[in-house]
Amino acid sequence: MTNSIAEMEESACLFVIGSNTTECHPLIATRVLRAREKGAALVVADPRRIHLGLYADVAVQHRLGTDIALLNGMMYHILVNNWHDAAYIRARTEGFQEFSESVLAYTPERVEALTGVPAGAVEEMARLYAKSKPASILYAMGITQHTTGVDNVKAVCNLALLCGNVGVRGGGVNPLRGQNNVQGACDMGGLPNVLPGYQPVTDAEVRGRFAEAWGVPIPPQPGLTITEMAQAMMDGKLKALYVIGENPRLSDPDWNHLRHAMKRLEFLVVQDIFLSETAQVADVVLAAASCAEKDGTFTNSERRCLRIRQAVEPVGESLPDWRIFCLLSQAMGVPMDYNGPHEIMDEIASLAPKLYGGIRYDRLGIDGIQWPCPAPDHPGTPFLHKDRFSRGLGKFHAVEHRDPAELPSAETPFQLTTGRMFAHYHTGTMTRISQRLDAEQREGYVEIHPEDARELGIREGELVRVSSRRGEMEAPARLTRRVRRGTIFVPIHFGESPANILTSAEAFDPLAKIPEFKVSAVAVSKALQ
Amino acid sequence: MDYKLVPSVCPYCGTGCGILYKVLNDRITGVLPLKSHPVNEGKLCIKGWNAHAYVHHPLRLKAPLLKTEGRFHKVSWDRAIRTTADRLGDIREKHGPDAIGVLVSAKITNEENFLAQKFARTALGTNNIDHCARL
Repeated sequence: MTNSIAEMEESACLFVIGSNTTECHPLIATRVLRAREKGAALVVADPRRIHLGLYADVAVQHRLGTDIALLNGMMYHILVNNWHDAAYIRARTEGFQEFSESVLAYTPERVEALTGVPAGAVEEMARLYAKSKPASILYAMGITQHTTGVDNVKAVCNLALLCGNVGVRGGGVNPLRGQNNVQGACDMGGLPNVLPGYQPVTDAEVRGRFAEAWGVPIPPQPGLTITEMAQAMMDGKLKALYVIGENPRLSDPDWNHLRHAMKRLEFLVVQDIFLSETAQVADVVLAAASCAEKDGTFTNSERRCLRIRQAVEPVGESLPDWRIFCLLSQAMGVPMDYNGPHEIMDEIASLAPKLYGGIRYDRLGIDGIQWPCPAPDHPGTPFLHKDRFSRGLGKFHAVEHRDPAELPSAETPFQLTTGRMFAHYHTGTMTRISQRLDAEQREGYVEIHPEDARELGIREGELVRVSSRRGEMEAPARLTRRVRRGTIFVPIHFGESPANILTSAEAFDPLAKIPEFKVSAVAVSKALQ
Repeated sequence: MDYKLVPSVCPYCGTGCGILYKVLNDRITGVLPLKSHPVNEGKLCIKGWNAHAYVHHPLRLKAPLLKTEGRFHKVSWDRAIRTTADRLGDIREKHGPDAIGVLVSAKITNEENFLAQKFARTALGTNNIDHCARL
């Protein structure tokens, strides 16, 4: 997030796209609703009729995979009505000319035809966003999990730049992170192309600094992403996999593909707190302590580095993950030893100085510190890009609508979209064993429009069979007008009715390698009893 | 009887709500929202109120496991670490460091993610490091 969660209450307009905020980020939704009570405009765009839409000035259900068309359509209205912030564009941005020409091709008629959203609604969305300042954009996986994920994000950024909403309090481009420390895992270099602090491995100067600190040379070539690793396993090139606190057998696209790929591994080691679906097929399972059993920090969506503290002793003989890494590294002949997580944070501060340079345990307290925090006396940064962007000027990118990888066909006439529901979390490993959360939702389900269900002879609660080119699954029907006709929704939490048996491992964004979980073509029928 | 409240952060989504673990005799009995926390200001969602439920669950892994003849057996840390290091070392020797991949986690701490990628890049010698940010 460029801006902070609390700042949302100071926004004059909140535009939420591709985020089912009340279910997936409830305490952020609270801020949105508070802003609404204070008089802010609320604009919601989601292919499903989400709860937040009930409180919105305008809520639209655009077709799956038409985010760019919708956003460009909004920007068309902003440009032709002269609602854009010309002074900001002149002072802070570049690439406006080429961008504005591309946007002017998204006429109201074309956008309505692509998105299914009436032209009048698109104009009203544009007016509210452009005329209420500062305006904040919130998005989540509904924007990113597409073959056009990177372009979708660029379109969101274009809109924010066009109205001068980046680098201002209460504005910004605010992706909501789905996991407690996904921000931190990225910050710490848990990516194939960057070292901690987003320093590229291809930069010899960067590698030199890390090699000096660690006493070992750093490999210069970027590594494989998770999506590419699956293919490399299939091709027999990746022989061993070390999985830490993840359950890719359930969370990754095209279950069958990954299952076959993992069978080809010579060695699989899984480190987890439970014997997850992935751990069950491992050669070695390393028992990790949970986050209530150790010290450390998490970095939330708004870049706030927060302390976690050990509440109880680790169960059984389980060990904190950091101790396991030290033991393994030593066993492989590379010394790694720390007296505690605070010493590791000191090393992080020294090697990622621009973001974490001033972060020390004794400064964090309860409130934590928002990076960038380059020095021990730096207060942290509530919002980014105040006077300049990291690259200097903010760049407009001309982006065009492209169809999703799979469109409905005669054999697979329905579109499937996947996501989370309020009571459960990701692959359900942690939430489904809670009696109270399990009581809210015990099993998977398929959301289907009542009229589609009637045509297929499916009644509420009856088993539905959903199949794609990759595989098939069954779950009870939930008849609801939350989904458009021709679209179904399946939650990702339930291993016995796995959404990801249906999704494609081949459809992903060429740059970000993010799978297109949000759009697949499927066939739907009543399951034979 | 030993009762304490330990401040921490909710383990679920990326919002980062402040919580207090209610701890009685080394067991977490419940969760309270941190009232003055800058993120959640004393509120939690249904997952947050149940953020402790998994910690003492009987299915938690309590010791390292090694699979022989298709079955898991409890082993010592010494044996588990030695086996893992030997197998990874063999594969690196035979096929090179890029024949190994590491999936780090959005669920472990910053310090642990830092060490995980340091381990991959130094002890293993590969940049094949990723995690589920995309999923």
